[in-house]
Formats: sequence, C-alpha cells, structure tokens
Amino acid sequence: MSAVLGTSGERALVCVRGVDKVFRRGDEVLRILHGLDLEVGRGEFLALMGPSGSGKSTLLNLIGGLDRPTRGEIMIGGERIDRLADRKLAEWRGRHVGLVFQFYNLLPVLSAQRNVELPLLLTPLARARRRRQAAIALSMVGLSHRVNHYPRQLSGGEQQRVGIARAIVTDPTLLLCDEPTGDLDRKSGDEILGLLQALNRDHGKTIIMVTHDPHASARATRVVHLDKGQLSAEATA
Amino acid sequence: MRGWANWISQVGAMTRMGLSTVMERKGSSVATMFGIAGVVLVFVAVLSIGEGFRRTMVVSGDPGVAMVMRAGSDTEMMSIFGGRSVHWIADAPGIARSDQGPLVSAQLFVIINLPKRSSGTDANVPLRGVDARAFGVSDAVRIVAGRRFQPGRGEVIVGVGAARAFAGLDLGATLHVGRHQWKIVGFFEANGGLPESEIWTDAVVLQGAYERGNSYQSVLARLQSPEAFGRFREVLEADPRLNVKVVRQTDYFIEQSRTVYRVVTGLGVTIAALMAVGAVFGALNTMYTAVSARTREIATFRALGFGGGAVMVSVLAESLCLALIGGGVGGGLGYVIFDGFQAATMNWQSFSQVAFQLDVTPGLLFGGVAGALMIGLIGGVFPAVRAASLPVAMALRA
Repeated sequence: MSAVLGTSGERALVCVRGVDKVFRRGDEVLRILHGLDLEVGRGEFLALMGPSGSGKSTLLNLIGGLDRPTRGEIMIGGERIDRLADRKLAEWRGRHVGLVFQFYNLLPVLSAQRNVELPLLLTPLARARRRRQAAIALSMVGLSHRVNHYPRQLSGGEQQRVGIARAIVTDPTLLLCDEPTGDLDRKSGDEILGLLQALNRDHGKTIIMVTHDPHASARATRVVHLDKGQLSAEATA
Repeated sequence: MRGWANWISQVGAMTRMGLSTVMERKGSSVATMFGIAGVVLVFVAVLSIGEGFRRTMVVSGDPGVAMVMRAGSDTEMMSIFGGRSVHWIADAPGIARSDQGPLVSAQLFVIINLPKRSSGTDANVPLRGVDARAFGVSDAVRIVAGRRFQPGRGEVIVGVGAARAFAGLDLGATLHVGRHQWKIVGFFEANGGLPESEIWTDAVVLQGAYERGNSYQSVLARLQSPEAFGRFREVLEADPRLNVKVVRQTDYFIEQSRTVYRVVTGLGVTIAALMAVGAVFGALNTMYTAVSARTREIATFRALGFGGGAVMVSVLAESLCLALIGGGVGGGLGYVIFDGFQAATMNWQSFSQVAFQLDVTPGLLFGGVAGALMIGLIGGVFPAVRAASLPVAMALRA
C-alpha cells in the first residue's frame, strides 16, 4: 500500500483508502490501481498526473461514483459512496459532483442554455428557476451572449465553458475534470484553466483535475503523480 | 408531485435527444416503420374482409322479422315444406298485416352459376323465388332501376351487389340458365344487406322451372313488434301439424356470418402475427443501433445523475414513436385503400356468393395501432435494458 498522500484527515473532503481496481478482459486480469490511498481537502485544486494507462481516469471515475472499486473505501464528505446502490449513487452524483469531460460531452440537439439546465432536471426546481440558474452559470463562464447557440455553433473553448457551466450549475461539492484542456489549443486551454482556478479561488470549489500536461498542472494548488496504479510523488504549488 | 414532474422532464430530455437523431439512422428507422406499417396494413386489410362480410350479414337481418324453416335445418338450403304449411304459419299470432293480408312471404331458393366480372370464372348466385308480399316483409328492399317482376312471368330483379359482381346482369338483358330464360326488369337495393347479392323472381314461376311442385324452403313473417317473436315461435313450434323451427332473422344472419368471419379473422391474425415477428426483429435491430450510436450521450446522462429508469423509458418512448408512426401509416393506407372496396366471397352456409364492401372499422384501426405499439414495445425493451445497464465509465469513452 502506498503512503497516504493528502491534507490533514479532518479537513479531507475526499478519502480514498486501500483502493484496488481490477479489470478483466477475457482471461486477462488488468490491475489498474493497487492499494491506493489519497485525501483531498475542501477547497483544494488537485492535479492528478501520470502517463497513459497509469489509472488517473480510473481513479477519477471512482471518486466521481462512475465506477466502483474492486476493494477499498471511498468516502466523500464522510459518505461511503462505494457502498451506495446504483440508484442512490446516481442521485448522489447529481447532487454532489460536477463533471467536466475532455470532449465536452454536450448534447448536440440542445442549446447551451438547455445543456446547462440538464443536471437541474434532477432537482425539484421549477422551470423558470432552472432557466435562471443556467443563465447565471453561463454568465460565470463568460457565455451570456451564447445561451441560445448550439454546440456546433461554438468553438472548442466555448463548448468546454458550457461543459464547466453544466458542471457548476448545481453548485456541487466536488468538481472532477478529466483532461479538460486535452482537446483545446493553448490559448483556449489557458482560458479554461484560468476559469477553473477562479472557481477554486473565488468560489472555494474543490477540484480534482486529471491531466498529463505540466502546464495545466501548474495551475493546481497540489499535484500528485500516479504511476502503475500507485501514487508516487506529490508537489505543492 | 414535483418529483414526478422532474422525472418526466428527464425522460422528455432524453427522448427528445433520441428522436432528434432518428434521421441520422434513417435507413433502419424507416425500414422499421415500413415493416410495422406493412403488418398493420395486412392486419387491417384481411380483417376488413371479415368485418365487411359480418356487417353485410348483420344489416340483412331485421329483429321484427321471424324466419321459419323445417326443424333440424341450419340453413334455408336444408329446409323444405309444402304450401299448406305456409297457410298454417300465416295463421300464427303476432304477425303484422297489410291490405293483402298477413305479411308472410314463402320463399324458394336455388343456386345458379354465373361468371364473375372480375375473373370470368363461374360462381354460385342465389336465385330466390318470392311472392309480392316479400316487399312488405323485407321493407329494406327497394327498386332503384326498372320495375318489379310481374307474377307468373319469367322476369327477375337483380340486387345491385350481384349486378356489380357478375357478368351479364344488365337491365333489359336476358339471363340464360339451363333451359330457362329470365328477363332482367329491375335492380334493387337492400341497405347493403345480403339480398343485394341475390336475384329475385316469382316463387311460383321458380317452382315450375325447377320442378319443385308446391314446396318452399322458408317463410319470412313480419311481426307486429320484435317482442311478438316469443309467442309466435312458441305457437308454431308447438303446432302438431308443423315440424318447424323459428328463428329471429337477425340471429339467423349472425349465425350465417360466423364461419366466414372466424376463418377470415383467424387467417388475418395469423398472417399479421407472422409478419409481426419479423417487424419485432426489425425494431430490435433499429433500437440496438440507436443505443449503440448514442452510447456516449446516454453515458453522459447517467454520469450527470440521470437514473436507469429514465434511460429505459426514453429508449422505449423512441421505439414506441417509430411504431406509432408505422402503425398510423399502415392504418391510414389500409383505410384509404380498402374501406368500401367491393368484394365477394362464398357464404359457406348457403354455398353462394355474397357481395359486400370491405369495412375498415375504428376498432380495426385501433387494434392495428395497438399491435404496432406492442411491436414497438417488444422491439424496444431489450435495447432499453441494455441502455440502462451500460457501464457508465466505460461508455463515456465510447
């Protein structure tokens, strides 16, 4: 088991303890994570780095409740999410996690406004309130003038801003970003990183970002490296 | 309440996404819709034969008319009694009267062969011998061209259905049947009922032509009211001079339509069911393709917190929409093409042709669309389950 990497346990929002993740592909057994421990404090901006196949995205999926560990515990805000039933886990994701994807994952048939509104369909908010909240989220990412545009009418950077607006519209506890600048040019990538930094600094959002780009990780408050399924090193910005 | 509203909003958002991408899979989607439309079209077409036949038989009957046949006879074909019996029957209570006396019509029924206009092949046509009182008993019958036949002469009047279906039945033409010649002097209608498939002549002339002596096969009696039937039957069936059975005319025709209706309905349902199996596989293929093409979108919804139930319902909704369109097209085409279409088929009870119009009823259309939705449901349920159980993390990378 690797050493526990993180902040003081009391302030930790994310606690990953002794996590293994094994995939089976036919007869082949792929051990992606080995006894991994990690803590992430509230208000941290953590960059998770490592080479391809090191298990970064797998770890992010486990923290986001998109997948389950083969062994070990994952506690978010004091709740053991690895023990939640599928339906409860989906509800938990809707309430507590904002996801930002490398390829944006916007729905092409919906406008920016409607894309951002999607997670709010899981809340008891009335339609007018949902629209207002989506408009606020879009203004926070600087896209007030693009609310009625469809994804195909937006640049890559703008699409990722819509993706971030969608991730923050429910005011989640945790923002998980999987290579958020991986599909963008340097200028657009910098703008997205600046936006994430602002969300962390000005709004206190806890962010975990998977990246293999040192330029991107430099914006984080803490960087951890993952190699062959284990955390190997850490640096604080 | 708001929870349900939100769940419906989730399903709505996902269904909208699915439907808006149908055209990206237009090949399989259109094939599925046409497959389902074909099933409904065949279902509606075949069953409209049965419905049309039954309707013709049902409207032929009048609850105020009683039919008297020899006991043990299921049809007129099997019945016979002498002329004296007709007088005894006419004395029974409950019979309506006109200036000419009791409204009772003794009838004779023979089958002749005539070529069909459509194929030229011979088919059986009923030639019915009646007396003048038959027009008072069967008051739906009315001359629409020419005039009534004259008693004692070799004249006939032809039902409009028979005139449409069989060659040579033209006003003023002479009909050659065996050694006999009959002049066609009029056409008649009977509210679309069975008599329209018949040729009528004077019963006495027909008795002579076919050497039947003073015999008849049935007696129709118009009753003072439909309620008079019970007493009428009771008296006649108890009369020791007669050996008859009495049925209401409506019941007789409903019974006559039963065999053909069952055969046609069974055939239609069987053919449609076999086609439906193929259509289900088409729908399955389309919906599996749809789920496969939208794997990442579905995974995104799931990642955002949408439940598996909403995913399932949205896939099913898409499948049902395709089925509904297909069913609507099939039903609509069936109505336009087949409703009112003139046809003729064998009445197995009388071994004669019955001309009728195919009848695409609202019930048939409803049944066709319901069947289409069933195909959509079965075709959608397995892909829906697959969509709902996609591993989210893996599907996001698709």
